Amino acid sequence: MERPLKIANASGFWGDQPDAAARLVAAAPDIDFLTLDYLAEVSLSIMAILRERDSRAGYARDFVDVVGSLCPSWARGAGTRVVTNAGGLDPEGCARACLGVLRAAGLPRIRVAVVTGDDVLPALRAAPGGFANAETGAPLSDVAPRLATANAYLGYGPIAEAIRGGADIVVTGRVADPSLTVGPCAAAFGWGPGDHDRLAGATVAGHVIECGTQACGGISTDWLEVPGNQDIGFPVAEVSPDGSFVVTKPAGTGGAVTVQAVKEQLLYEIGDPGRYLSPDATVSLLSLRVAQAGPDRVSVSGASGRAPTDTYKVSATYRDGFKAHGMVTVFGHDAVRKARQAGEGVLKRLRAAGCAYREHLVECLGTGASVRGIVSRMSDTHLVETVLRVSVAADERAPVERFAREIAPLVTCGPQGVTGYSTGRPRVLPVFGYWPTLIAKSAVSPASRILGEAGP
Amino acid sequence: MIPLREIAFARSGDKGDSANVAVFARTPAAYAWLRANLTAAAVEGYFKPLGVGTVARYEVPNLEALNFVLPGVLAGGGSRSLRIDSQGKALAMALLELAVDYPGAGRGAAGAPQSP
Repeated sequence: MERPLKIANASGFWGDQPDAAARLVAAAPDIDFLTLDYLAEVSLSIMAILRERDSRAGYARDFVDVVGSLCPSWARGAGTRVVTNAGGLDPEGCARACLGVLRAAGLPRIRVAVVTGDDVLPALRAAPGGFANAETGAPLSDVAPRLATANAYLGYGPIAEAIRGGADIVVTGRVADPSLTVGPCAAAFGWGPGDHDRLAGATVAGHVIECGTQACGGISTDWLEVPGNQDIGFPVAEVSPDGSFVVTKPAGTGGAVTVQAVKEQLLYEIGDPGRYLSPDATVSLLSLRVAQAGPDRVSVSGASGRAPTDTYKVSATYRDGFKAHGMVTVFGHDAVRKARQAGEGVLKRLRAAGCAYREHLVECLGTGASVRGIVSRMSDTHLVETVLRVSVAADERAPVERFAREIAPLVTCGPQGVTGYSTGRPRVLPVFGYWPTLIAKSAVSPASRILGEAGP
Repeated sequence: MIPLREIAFARSGDKGDSANVAVFARTPAAYAWLRANLTAAAVEGYFKPLGVGTVARYEVPNLEALNFVLPGVLAGGGSRSLRIDSQGKALAMALLELAVDYPGAGRGAAGAPQSP
């Protein structure tokens, strides 16, 4: 293929705008691929918990609704294909649910593929002496009995294979986020594993669009000056056969694709910019050239790649107790002093009742609490209102449950002006520790498979 | 003294218990100044109240940017941290409030923030 491949992102995280995919396809029917990212570092552990209560909850069900929203355009003949990591812990289950929706919509020609092989939990459980924490060096044996999930970040290979095999929808579990974009490029342009610079270019393209609207003005430092900032469009990368690309967005959407927005996103969640590790290539961002190529068009070229490492990054999680956060608003003179005393009083009562916590925190939102001790614009005594947020964590569930019952009483025993308690009792949340590690590529077997035509 | 945001824009993100803050100069002159003055030690000192470890700084001249990696700044990060900003979303905004002694300070000299 000679023309650029148009790849959009329609979901930057699990919980992003549900109508983004349908709106993108309506606004830009010539988009070749939609990519949808659902998996943050600990998303899979949330799925593991949900799955304990409901066996169908091992994947992002939101994506099945997205497939439903695209059916009308497919019925009209649109050729948009979709690549997503919505499969989470259960790519097969997700793909089958998609098939069900397609069958109900009378679209048996839409083919669904599944990518498997990322689940390496058995390998970790079998070798607690290996798989040291890549950040701290701690041995896995510290947490091995509490492991909840372990998934390798697979690369573009099985995605490209599925697309070459004719898949219209590719459902994966854990893959490196940019590989959702690299896969379609490699399939369309016939790239192989030795095309390091091209793979690097597409990896950078995938990185820029993987967080959706963040490439088009979302979370921009100068967000207030971003035109149309109340309805920012989702990004499209037009990737050329040489791996260079243009970032743009559909006409008629808000936001702005500018050098500033693209630069900010290029270094988002990056460590060493000279050595960005993906399973597809080791990428240097230091040779990139970024330029405004027209209104809402920014060109990015010059990515350089080297052979990837012989390991996959693994994101493992382990159960690590429970936590809860409770919030009430405190209004009136001396609001911050009152809030702090009230919050510390809650903890005092709990301690007196025999509850022990490994961690606790009292925050007064409105006082610069997001970065406590760093930025404070005004003296706390001038604030007429603050949101009191009290948090606890414990190894056991019971003391956290008890904490959840001690927030509401502030309405009657706290300072006058306690208000805004309308969201109910705080939820007790399981805590997951994050365990990044590496696994030899030779120990992992990525695979793709087309699930067959929709139908019984 | 002016706030850093007058000569730079920035974005922060998380990775486990670490975060990065990428700082981009608004003008070439501002990049030269930042490169010389916005040191890893200065950023580490600024974020000390959050318990940050040893800060690493990477120069990215092609983007007129400095990338700072802040280990241990999220009190456990992601699922673990009890803080309201458990994922470091506010760190770039916080760093942009740093008061800097930019020569000829004032919006005119520094270059007013560009509209995107």
